[in-house]
Amino acid sequence: MEYLSVENARSWIKTAALLISDNSGMLSDLDTAIGDGDHGENMMRGFKAIEKKLEAANPATDLSGLFKLVGMTLLSSVGGAAGPLYGGFFLALSKASTGKEKLSKAELGEVLTEGLGDIQRRGKAQLGDKTMVDALFPALEAYRSSDNGDLETALHAAVEQAHKSAEATIPLQARKGRASYLAERSIGHQDPGATSSWLLLQALASACEVSA
Amino acid sequence: MPELVHTGVMKKLINSPQEVVREALEGMEAAHSDRLRINYDPAYVVRKDAPVKGKVGLVSGGGSGHEPMHGGYVGKGMLDAACPGAVFTSPTPDQMYEASKAVNGGAGILHIVKNYTGDIMNFELAAEMLKSDGIPIETVLTDDDVAVENSLWTAGRRGVGLTVLMEKLLGAAAEQKASLAQIKTLGEQIRNTGRSMGMALTACTVPHAGKPSFELPDDEIELGIGIHGEPGRRRVKIASADEITEMLMEPIVSDLPFKKGEDVLLFVNGMGGTPLVELYIVYRKAAQIAQQKGLKVVRNLVGSYITSLEMAGTSITLLRMNDQLCKLWDAPVDTPALRWG
Repeated sequence: MEYLSVENARSWIKTAALLISDNSGMLSDLDTAIGDGDHGENMMRGFKAIEKKLEAANPATDLSGLFKLVGMTLLSSVGGAAGPLYGGFFLALSKASTGKEKLSKAELGEVLTEGLGDIQRRGKAQLGDKTMVDALFPALEAYRSSDNGDLETALHAAVEQAHKSAEATIPLQARKGRASYLAERSIGHQDPGATSSWLLLQALASACEVSA
Repeated sequence: MPELVHTGVMKKLINSPQEVVREALEGMEAAHSDRLRINYDPAYVVRKDAPVKGKVGLVSGGGSGHEPMHGGYVGKGMLDAACPGAVFTSPTPDQMYEASKAVNGGAGILHIVKNYTGDIMNFELAAEMLKSDGIPIETVLTDDDVAVENSLWTAGRRGVGLTVLMEKLLGAAAEQKASLAQIKTLGEQIRNTGRSMGMALTACTVPHAGKPSFELPDDEIELGIGIHGEPGRRRVKIASADEITEMLMEPIVSDLPFKKGEDVLLFVNGMGGTPLVELYIVYRKAAQIAQQKGLKVVRNLVGSYITSLEMAGTSITLLRMNDQLCKLWDAPVDTPALRWG
């Protein structure tokens, strides 16, 4: 498959809602260990609100409009740190895909990199701080270095890397967010934000597989 | 297949975990409609006479579960509006934006924000939206928790007990029609001269989580907790009230440091599940320690004012005082949870 279409993007969001809902207990359990135990619930509330809007009579019909709807809805329904971070991520995707009907492999890479950039700016997190950046950053590197593959292969590589990288947050000491208050006691637990980032990429990859 | 099995039963006076915040707001409306108005979508609480012309609008907010903070402090002499998030979750930018517009009396808006990653980001977004509307907006942070030792490698110190004092003192200044710049300066002064630390005897249970936020053996306590059921920095064996009070007072006094001869406000706060009789036992010792250190307690507050659901425990806050702050503290306040003068 060569391009991400609006249909793929819509399917991405619907699959994400499903994956988040199926794994909300796991996300909240991870958050209970080093945070306040609500990451799954908050993300589920956000994606349920998006689903409701997508079912509405006049949903967004272009990529930029769809990502904007997702971003604004996450901003106004998730709260916590995840709301502005993932909300800002999708708003950056919206901005970067303005005027485009579909995204090539390279374009999708650029658009996702803009999204990651927004998360880094807003959250001020560096690689290794035990945050969603730890899953997204290496995943996008893997995506870009999958140079002879198509979109699907590159996304598959990104998901594999995100999975590995999310698990690799276990031995890290948190330096950002609420987990940072635990200092060395944050070591030994997987970061919930890195885990939900992996799930979002997984949803994107499977949305592109379905239509292939 | 359900993957999560909860052992133990959550006993709470709720109807549904998802409706906790909305139903509590409906209750506040029923109880306090003489003082407050409630907006539900987006959710915020405003004083009934808002916007007050020519007065700086004071807006705060945060996750629910800390009651009476912040909604209980909306009213004359304190906050103009409060935005409740889900339990222990920052509210969203649309709430702060709409609440700020609803209390904009033409003299600008001040946001009082506790230093948590989520709160900061959501309030920042709201402030950006207000700025683009041309509404003057300033922000004052609280980050008074001395339990966060290495603030360079964390999200910084948490905003805890000082937030209540900040809202009272700035609320009084705003009521006296101080300017936005004056209130911001006063807020920074309070931020720089107040320190807190807390401890927990038990964890608490977030309604939608359905189980305690951390496991605490029967004979241990958490020292240096925040207000979100997150574990503290250090776990120690249970001790007497006097010993625990010493463990809290020492780091507070030595951090600023508070010096011999200074006037202070001493605030002993309950975390939600600790009775007032125990808080007075803590206050007794805290006042003795203050006296031993040559501090003069010129004002005080004892009670559960910033809580962590049903957590048992206490936090202590010290704030350096002067004549101006004493006058602001004594100024009339008329809110559901704080009322005098």
